[in-house]
Amino acid sequence: MISGAEIMVKCLEAEGIKVIFGYPGATICPFYDKIYDSDIKHILVRQEQNAAHAASGYARCSGKPGVCVATSGPGATNLITGIATAYTDSIPMVAITGQVKSDLLGRDVFQEADITGACEPFVKHSYIVNKTEDLPRVFREAFHIASTGRKGPVLIDIPMDIQENEIEEFVYPEKVNIPGYKPTTKGHAIQIKRAVEAIKNSKRPLIVSGGGVLLSGVKPKFQKFADNTKIPVISTMMGIGVMPSDHEMYLGMLGTHGKRVANRALYEADLVIVCGARLGDRAVAAPHQMSENNTVIHIDIDPAEIGKNVKTEIPIVGDMKNVMNMLIEEIGDYQVPKLWQDTVKTWKKELFRIPPVFDGFVELRTLVSHLSAMLRSKAILVADVGQNQIWCANNFRIREGRFLTTGGMGTMGYSIPAAVGAKFARPTRDVVVVCGDGSFQMSMNELATISGNNLAIKIIIMRNHRLGMVRELQDNNYNKRHSATVLQGDPDFLKIAEAYGIDHAEANSNEEAEEIIKKMVKSDKPFILVCNVYPDTPSI
Amino acid sequence: MQYTLSILVENQAGVLSKISGLFSRRGFNIDSLAVGVTADPGISRITIVANGDEYVVEQLEKQLNKVIPVIKVKRLTEGEFISRELILIKVHCAASKRSEIIKTAELMQAKIVDAAPSCVTVEYCETSSRVKTLIDMLKPYGIREIVRTGTIAIDRGNSAVSV
Repeated sequence: MISGAEIMVKCLEAEGIKVIFGYPGATICPFYDKIYDSDIKHILVRQEQNAAHAASGYARCSGKPGVCVATSGPGATNLITGIATAYTDSIPMVAITGQVKSDLLGRDVFQEADITGACEPFVKHSYIVNKTEDLPRVFREAFHIASTGRKGPVLIDIPMDIQENEIEEFVYPEKVNIPGYKPTTKGHAIQIKRAVEAIKNSKRPLIVSGGGVLLSGVKPKFQKFADNTKIPVISTMMGIGVMPSDHEMYLGMLGTHGKRVANRALYEADLVIVCGARLGDRAVAAPHQMSENNTVIHIDIDPAEIGKNVKTEIPIVGDMKNVMNMLIEEIGDYQVPKLWQDTVKTWKKELFRIPPVFDGFVELRTLVSHLSAMLRSKAILVADVGQNQIWCANNFRIREGRFLTTGGMGTMGYSIPAAVGAKFARPTRDVVVVCGDGSFQMSMNELATISGNNLAIKIIIMRNHRLGMVRELQDNNYNKRHSATVLQGDPDFLKIAEAYGIDHAEANSNEEAEEIIKKMVKSDKPFILVCNVYPDTPSI
Repeated sequence: MQYTLSILVENQAGVLSKISGLFSRRGFNIDSLAVGVTADPGISRITIVANGDEYVVEQLEKQLNKVIPVIKVKRLTEGEFISRELILIKVHCAASKRSEIIKTAELMQAKIVDAAPSCVTVEYCETSSRVKTLIDMLKPYGIREIVRTGTIAIDRGNSAVSV
């Protein structure tokens, strides 16, 4: 005989899961009792939301679904923001929650919450398991759904008695059969032909790359395509990293907070190839204008994205991996007109402007642009949300590494837990967090997770004693009335670091900061660097 | 523009809330909704009548297709399907008006299914527009209560919405 809880562990093992992130509680205790004996590593976070963010960071760096676990009621509801973040950013994740016993469901007993109901808008799919026999199938399906098609979070809610009940034997199903779930992965050959023809007929084609390119693991092929054809590339926030920042044909991030040259390229292009991006309002503020000026080819695995925000002439539904292969084959040795190549290269030269320096402060945009050179080439930079995110997105010169941030949901407090997940997925790579003093305080409780597991995560806090991005909005749109954007009562972050036993330092100039960074990257221990930044530094 | 969607879903708990939730979340309006099991007990059919422009309908079909237990979504073509809804109308009916109301029901091919000293209940199974006509005709007598189902619809001829 085998219990539901043992089956849950065996399912995770069958899926090749090595690390999970979670926080226990009464209704998930049967599972925790079994995971205790397993080789799967359980990382205890300090709040459930961070378990979901850590699973997200893990998934993005390992390419496999991240797993987070919480108990029923408040444990489960705390997960929601993390699940919603993964949903908007299309991150593969399986969230497991304990639930009150089946016969108590609906009676509003202690720590009961309808979590599948509450998560409905934010999950790709959810299950509430009502038979122990169903567990293997549910797990198999959940991992399949999370990691195929447009990736996303799947929630499995498991009442305590289902975890406790025993059944005869454990058999993990080899195949899944979900009649309503058959994602289209192969691009339509005729559409590919039409797309290539349109590219060949255009004078100024442009690629807009989104997170889909990274999620499908097609980066090398994508770079080859761009290299061979010399089609210039711009990216969305989630797409940063598809091309090295210093590539001659890469112009940076587009959008309201993006690079001027990227937006200029979008405006001047006569053909735009959108690859795995949904083009939300931050990317393209006026989508109708975009399609007035140019022909749009939209490649996405999710048919619902095509035509949702931007009018599309040539839709291609499929996995970027397959579509890219087909495009490379079909396009042959085509290259874009020389004039357009040269124009883009000229713009690229104008790209880097050096921001003004204020005495006694670190100029973060400059620091971030120098940061990459101080790290190894596959470094992972995790940015939080706020001005720090924009500074990083526009200035980090990414090479072969990753840039993690939440471009879709924009959840403050994401960076530290996501870095925890990233470090577990890629323990040998440099993992650096850049956050503001606001976002740091949203998840600084995770310093315990970092310290407790001796994770060599380096945290750079940009301290300006305010919520910089909201304050900028107030300056521009609300008559400079700074309602609730001054951070009063902040603790001494160095003392906080000290209390957690984490090495730390403070910098008041770029020279000082760079000296410290050079030292901190060599250490195999966590580090906190507090940079005092000039409070009125703009986002762009 | 009014349109009718025929949706096949896996017959499991929570599917209906996933679908109705999707409508409200994305700001789509439902005029009517009807659910029932199909010949295959594992599959239910949901018929939705809703309003919106071409963009809305296209988005809606795509979003519905993303719901995992949704197996198939088909927009029925105007004029090429048969639709019905069932209505029960309780009408005030003084003895002096009874024969008039019975005649009206007969005219519309509706049935009187219950009667009491001061009211009758009329059953009618027809298209949405004929149902509206009957309601309009009975209104002058005073309607006490209306109970109606959502529209159900089926393709004309050989074509069928099946797995």
